[in-house]
Amino acid sequence: MEDLWEKCPQCKEVVYRKALEENLKVCPKCKHHFRLTAAERIALTADEMTFKELDPFLSPGDPLGIGKSYTEKCLEDEKKTGLKEAVLTGTAKIGGVSAVLGVMDFHYRGGSMGSVVGEKITRAIEAAVESQKPVVMITASGGARMQEGTLSLMQMAKTSAAVAKLNEAGLMYLCVLTDPTTAGVAASFASLGDVILAEPRALIGFTGQRVIEETIRQKLPPGFQLSEFFLTHGMIDLIVERRLLKETVARLLQYGKGGLS
Amino acid sequence: MSDSILDIEKPLEKLEGKIAELKKLNADGAIDLTEEIYLLEEKALRLKEEIFRNLTPWEKVLLARHMKRPTALDYIQNIFSDFIELHGDRLFADDPAVVCGFAKLEGRSILVTGHQKGKETKENLRRNFGMASPEGFRKAARLMKLAEKFHLPIISFIDTPGAYPGIGAEERGQFVAIAENLKLMSRLKVPIVVCVIGEGGSGGALGLGVGDRILILEHAVYSVISPEGCASILWRDGKKAPEAASFLHLTAQDLKKLKVVDEVIPEPLGGAHQNPDIVFENVKISLLKNLKEIEAQYSAPSFEESLIEKRYQKFRKIGIVMEIVESNSKKY
Ligand SMILES: [Zn+2]
Repeated sequence: MEDLWEKCPQCKEVVYRKALEENLKVCPKCKHHFRLTAAERIALTADEMTFKELDPFLSPGDPLGIGKSYTEKCLEDEKKTGLKEAVLTGTAKIGGVSAVLGVMDFHYRGGSMGSVVGEKITRAIEAAVESQKPVVMITASGGARMQEGTLSLMQMAKTSAAVAKLNEAGLMYLCVLTDPTTAGVAASFASLGDVILAEPRALIGFTGQRVIEETIRQKLPPGFQLSEFFLTHGMIDLIVERRLLKETVARLLQYGKGGLS
Repeated sequence: MSDSILDIEKPLEKLEGKIAELKKLNADGAIDLTEEIYLLEEKALRLKEEIFRNLTPWEKVLLARHMKRPTALDYIQNIFSDFIELHGDRLFADDPAVVCGFAKLEGRSILVTGHQKGKETKENLRRNFGMASPEGFRKAARLMKLAEKFHLPIISFIDTPGAYPGIGAEERGQFVAIAENLKLMSRLKVPIVVCVIGEGGSGGALGLGVGDRILILEHAVYSVISPEGCASILWRDGKKAPEAASFLHLTAQDLKKLKVVDEVIPEPLGGAHQNPDIVFENVKISLLKNLKEIEAQYSAPSFEESLIEKRYQKFRKIGIVMEIVESNSKKY
């Protein structure tokens, strides 16, 4: 029963899983965009059989010596997701255009950015500069990873500096914000795109809603920090439904240097 | 102002009160208490050394947040001369949680920025406890670009619980404002020296914190999340903040080991607030030394390119990962 059906968190309708998958994991009733795995993202974005992974052998250490409470959770998530970390990077063609593609997976440690995520993103952007390719970054993350302390915080500076190099090389940087993209990831490489797209109703923003409510002691307005909210406030370029995402990314890439090679 | 005395300071406070009392009696001249006073003073000094040699990470957090701790403006006014504060982001507002302006450091023209906490409740409310809104980051960005235009080095003082958590701050793109500053500061073609003087609170701190040298005061902290926030996420109990403070490795000493900071600047015994003149002098010496070192590294005409490439490599190296290379596990 549980395998065949899934309850939509937004409209609470029970949806036939196969129908959901055929609909790119968008609820047929209310259009809620379910979270995707990194593999699903790649399948949805890259031209078939074109994705070649970069840096597949990087995995998290335990830089602060936290011990099992950290390392075992990483291993659990590795088993659950088949990923060594919360981001996959690689080269791919998107609508025939060669690009460097990064996809984050919220199912691995909430997509959080520690040393490895920062390192993989930085290396991917550097590879794009080296090979004169545009970068497409699809984000899903709760922010920096607490278990790597200030080292995680510094990945924000590291990845943002890499984006600066990409900018100077004149190469296009496209960000796609998916649910959720918040805190340290939102406040670094995820929001530095030349063009920033978002999926509908994705939670975006810097500070968590509970913290804001506790600070200002009032309820937050409906729709606060969703894609639509940030489109209205001028922080993102476009909200794109999942079924149009690849096509939109491919169309945009046509306008960037290195996009037509 | 009893609330501005920390628990760790209380035994000391008691002893020092007693010494003051004896001194008063002694001055009256009825009995000679010189010997007793001398002994108590010795005891107080030993107690002070004992307390401050063995501070826990949580006690360091409390000390870094101490109400009497010197703020960015204290450093600016005592280390620099001719400070001219400049206001506004030219887009929306002026954020009192961030101060910026031109100033002279030993006669040299500098652009100085910093988070500004209040000295008392009223000022703290006005300055949002040093928590910057997007306007604060954008004011700093505007003025740091001026510094680049006029070839002025930048000195940035970090002291904030974090970026301001509010509806307006989110509406106006807190995350974008911080990210843009990280990118900007990574490429500014002038020397940048960052000095963490109190609390380095997550992205709100880093938003003014990218530079060629990262200095930190002996009892300052720098963390990815507040210990309270970390405890409430990890253990659903904000009261476990002291444990979280240890977990997060946020002390100046830990950060030096992790190569996040370059230099730890000593504070007077008892913390910066006990003898601000000493800490102003120590910070001034360190700022001058670091500026000189950065500038001595390269010569024209490639100075600017070398400077920003070295800054890039500095942050590039931060982080510890495992990588399997041909079945050999490599840790770095
Ligand atoms: Zn639904």
